[in-house]
Amino acid sequence: MTAKAHDSAVKHVSGSAQYVDDAIDTDCKHIAIGGSTIAYGKIVSMDLAGVRNSEGVIDVITVEDIPGHVDIGPVFNGDPLLTSEQIEFHGQAVFAVMAETQAQARRAVKQAKVDYSQDKPVLELADAIKKQFYVRPPHQMKRGEAAQELGNSVHRLAGRVTVGGQEHFYLEGQVAAASVDEDGGIHLLSSNQNPTEAQKLVAEVLNISMKDVLLETRRLGGGFGGKETQANACCCFAALFALRNRCKTVCRLSRRDDMVMTGKRHEFINEYDVAFDSDGFINAIHYKLAGNCGSSPDLSDAIVDRAMFHCDNAYHYPNVLIDGLRCKTHTVSNTAFRGFGGPQGMLAAEAAIDEVAFALHKDPLDVRKQNFYSEGQLTPYHQAITDFTVPRMVEELEASSDYRSRRAAIRAFNKASPILKKGISLTPVKFGISFTATHLNQAGALLHLYTDGTLHLNHGGIEMGQGLFMKVAQVVSNELGLPVSSMKISATRTDKVPNTSATAASSGSDLNGMAALVAARKIKQRLLDHIVESTGCESAAVSFNSTGVEISGAPVMSWAELANSAWMARVSLSVTGFYKTPEIYYDRENAKGRPFLYYANGAAVSEVIIDTLTGESKILRTDIIHDVGSSINPAIDIGQIEGGFIQGVGWLTTEELKWNAEGRLLSDGPATYKIPAIGDAPHEFNVQLLADCPNPAPTVMRSKAVGEPPLMLALSVWCAIRDAVAAAGDYQYFPPLNAPATAEEILRCVREVSKTG
Amino acid sequence: MLRYLYNDKIIHEPALAADLTVLDYLREYKQLCGTKEGCASGDCGACTVVLAERVVSDTGVEELQYRTVNSCITFAGALQGKQLITVENLADQKTLHPSQQSMVDCHGSQCGFCTPGFVMSIFSAMKSHSEQEADREFIDEQLGGNLCRCTGYRPIVDAAVQAMGQATQADKFSRNAKATLAQLKELAATDSADQSCNGFFRPQTVTELCQLRADYPQAVVLSGGTDLALRVTQNLDSLDQIIMLGEIAELKFFDVESELIRIGAGLSLTEFRKRIADLCPDLEELLVRFGGTQVRNQATVGGNFANASPVGDLPPVLIALNTSVVLQSIRGQRSISAEEFFISYKNTSMQTDEFVREFSIPRSAFAATDKSQRVINRFYKISKRLDDDISAVCAAIHLVMEGETVVEVSTGFGGMAEIPKRALALEAVLVGRVLDNSCIEDSRQALKQDFAPIDDVRASAGYRMQVCENLLYRLASEIYSPEVATRVTAHDS
Repeated sequence: MTAKAHDSAVKHVSGSAQYVDDAIDTDCKHIAIGGSTIAYGKIVSMDLAGVRNSEGVIDVITVEDIPGHVDIGPVFNGDPLLTSEQIEFHGQAVFAVMAETQAQARRAVKQAKVDYSQDKPVLELADAIKKQFYVRPPHQMKRGEAAQELGNSVHRLAGRVTVGGQEHFYLEGQVAAASVDEDGGIHLLSSNQNPTEAQKLVAEVLNISMKDVLLETRRLGGGFGGKETQANACCCFAALFALRNRCKTVCRLSRRDDMVMTGKRHEFINEYDVAFDSDGFINAIHYKLAGNCGSSPDLSDAIVDRAMFHCDNAYHYPNVLIDGLRCKTHTVSNTAFRGFGGPQGMLAAEAAIDEVAFALHKDPLDVRKQNFYSEGQLTPYHQAITDFTVPRMVEELEASSDYRSRRAAIRAFNKASPILKKGISLTPVKFGISFTATHLNQAGALLHLYTDGTLHLNHGGIEMGQGLFMKVAQVVSNELGLPVSSMKISATRTDKVPNTSATAASSGSDLNGMAALVAARKIKQRLLDHIVESTGCESAAVSFNSTGVEISGAPVMSWAELANSAWMARVSLSVTGFYKTPEIYYDRENAKGRPFLYYANGAAVSEVIIDTLTGESKILRTDIIHDVGSSINPAIDIGQIEGGFIQGVGWLTTEELKWNAEGRLLSDGPATYKIPAIGDAPHEFNVQLLADCPNPAPTVMRSKAVGEPPLMLALSVWCAIRDAVAAAGDYQYFPPLNAPATAEEILRCVREVSKTG
Repeated sequence: MLRYLYNDKIIHEPALAADLTVLDYLREYKQLCGTKEGCASGDCGACTVVLAERVVSDTGVEELQYRTVNSCITFAGALQGKQLITVENLADQKTLHPSQQSMVDCHGSQCGFCTPGFVMSIFSAMKSHSEQEADREFIDEQLGGNLCRCTGYRPIVDAAVQAMGQATQADKFSRNAKATLAQLKELAATDSADQSCNGFFRPQTVTELCQLRADYPQAVVLSGGTDLALRVTQNLDSLDQIIMLGEIAELKFFDVESELIRIGAGLSLTEFRKRIADLCPDLEELLVRFGGTQVRNQATVGGNFANASPVGDLPPVLIALNTSVVLQSIRGQRSISAEEFFISYKNTSMQTDEFVREFSIPRSAFAATDKSQRVINRFYKISKRLDDDISAVCAAIHLVMEGETVVEVSTGFGGMAEIPKRALALEAVLVGRVLDNSCIEDSRQALKQDFAPIDDVRASAGYRMQVCENLLYRLASEIYSPEVATRVTAHDS
């Protein structure tokens, strides 16, 4: 397929692509949220007179003003829109204010006088683990007899690694705008990955029905999971104030409020206890993966599950036991973030492999290859591995990146370089595709063909930069022959395609592309039937292309003529398409089944340099091969791979969340929270799609999902940094590197491994 | 009355608040929403716009000079007499500008929210530089103040390279240049008399500034504003009276005299970097990592100094280079050492009616007068991210050496105390010594007397101290074993 530009590329570069805050009217009123200033305790008294009297203020609400449900937790309760008394984290919403201007609303918030009685919060994950302080019960996966086998092996080691969380830092912050219709219903423009859920929650909060809430989302200025559940509060506030005051409203968080008040990627503390033989074959492993869920469950059950699903990465464990803990702390509730727990689990696998290789004085790549799955072997959740492309990709990458000779050259460099040290690592990715909550694997699409031969295309997927709209349009175009330029790709709306799933879990084009394909096939069949009926030709003789329809190779009608002719013959030219992923099932109670339709795979090799005096580091080169099946749009897929990789690099290097001793987030803006800048992208960066490898699973056009998996390619950088740190101790000590590998963390490890430090 | 050129139209604004930012002005007053707010703190570049100014060379040739600024931390009053170019202005009828088309061609946008800012930075780079300069380092530097969370930057680099290939080709801006220059000239002629508008004062001379400073002691002095504007956008303060230094030509000079380098406080960091490059090449690495391009275009030497942040990068540099600072008020001038300027956290020896007028650095700070001696200057910036980040530690070290021995030393450190500060105990240890292991061991002890840094969001106290100590090893290595590589920033595959 073709590398067409993003559907909005020209609008992006012209400044004409509209985001929610660009589309609001001048008479729109502005909302700001008042957050708690303690992490844990109770509100003793609240005096909002100063807020009400502040310049420009129109309305102030507290929990008593919510007409319907207060809790907007997506799966489990625990996320009150406004708290009544109990404070569970610093920045928790206590009240909200609406004013004439944004500055007035934000200034008014500062006039609140709230007194609290403080309790001692649990802020540290390690503390929560010790106290068994959980938001949900622990869960276990098991295959074989790990406990017994751990005692029987030649070699055994145990390790522990802390993996920091991550702020989404979508460039467009959380925002929703509301207006009231003539029936007292609500129309919301929202930067939201999950409009259906927002529709449901707004209806519940307002105590109205879902038919009276319309969500519309044209595009997001970035989501990355941060707008899967975290966009709902802004929707609810905007709707609530709009209905109370019969006015247009917008709720847009300042960057600082966004960073303080909305959830992030889960921090994890991962422990492994692994048994292996002298060749490096792993015989048994026991993982304890503890996620810091923050103050409420949100999506954490599924997120910790996905960490558990991915701590095998590409490796077969003959005997395995995985404990997953969902720990509670008095910090903002953590949420979905690209990879959804998978990266944190996979990091544990790569840390364990590195440590096993180190113990045996082997090249970690050899130990990785030795432990790769073979066809038919079972994962810890008893899904059989089939069509496993990782070994092939790793072979190709090892050769194309010149891994072995570069590794030797690096060793030589390190001998001669007393201050700067280099490291290299090649790591694979195997990432399961499908929502692990099986019911979410469904999607709908809506196509209208108009009498001039142009087409309106809708589906339930959200365009958040990943190129979904173009990919789905290309799928429809490929099926019908109608060019993409004849299609209107418009906003996702809950009145067009209802009851949708979040655009998440990398599923966007798999699900919505397939639903659109089903719809396109339906409409094509109707047109075909119409042609056969009206001309008497054989249906096999009919073909569609970009200009119209041909019979036996001869053009007979343009698309406009065809559409008009079908309309005159009273053929319905509006169709819906529906798709549900086949073959998947999962028995969570026994942790057995086939939760994933297939796996998306990749491999990366990265070379880094570190300064052993300051801990500064830099990526010198990265090579990637990634498996996207048959690509629907190679340019968009490569964009996802490169972008995911760099986002992963940020997570594992410079992006560090810091709280103070009272539980207040300190890294609350881009001045203190450092996502990668342009200079952090490796100057030598070679990215290839795995050639000639259509997805054996029955996916749309045999493509593979690409949203999340590439993020984990960044583990190659983290492992390469460890390799470089090891050089500082002449490879005598295994560097106890945690993530993110900031300059400070690298320097700490350099000192650990070097006796002189 | 604010008057400026928006694209090719002269705009009059009679009544804008003094502390209204250009970004809010565009989005809320003009409904020009192509320019995006990503952070409202000048750290992400999504709101990048371009300002063009008429400059006349010594030989009388007039030309347009383009530069990017972050509109979120630029006050509308600063538009006075300039041409403002936003993303909506770039296309020529329906033909995209090469800075835009290249982003489309190279798949440089995904979510699109950062895109207008990148396009403006590429446009400005095209207008100010030639294709020959456009290697990867150049592009990293030009776009270092623009964050993208989607693409991983590779396609944006490609787009910038493609666009720079067309930098010299005519576009609507070069075709309109004559008319634009004429409009800007007319604006300058008609506006010099009208220098205050709703509490936004634009003095044209130092004399006027002295008077304003005396008349309005409550007014804040705005230089580049890259930190000051955060009081409005982050703390939600109102600034009712602002005295902007930006139009005072007398404050924008860089004079190399026989004994001194004299630097006007109003010189932008971009200009400062250009002018000091040959005199002090070692400063280049620090200056290229100082904010992003937009910030360097706007921030000034005087502003960074007078702001008195303990983590600013120029104060340690100026302290180490034995700089004197000229403070001016209506009462006259006085000169103090850079070191004496800083008293306690954000508290300086500047009186309420004073402002920083200029800096003078002895030329001996760069080159030894005595042939048996050599000068070594080292400026080390250590931060979490290599580009566009605030230092965890900034160390500036000026040494005069005779053979292997240190004969003179002065230092300046940032991030180590509540003010930018010399390490006097360290200096006492270093003088007369060879920087061998025993000297470094003594230096480490001395640093512990000089500093007791704090834990904060950027680094722990322990890390700061350790890095400072280790930088002495780096210094010694760079002096005695120059063949040994010591900086990851110098490495490029």
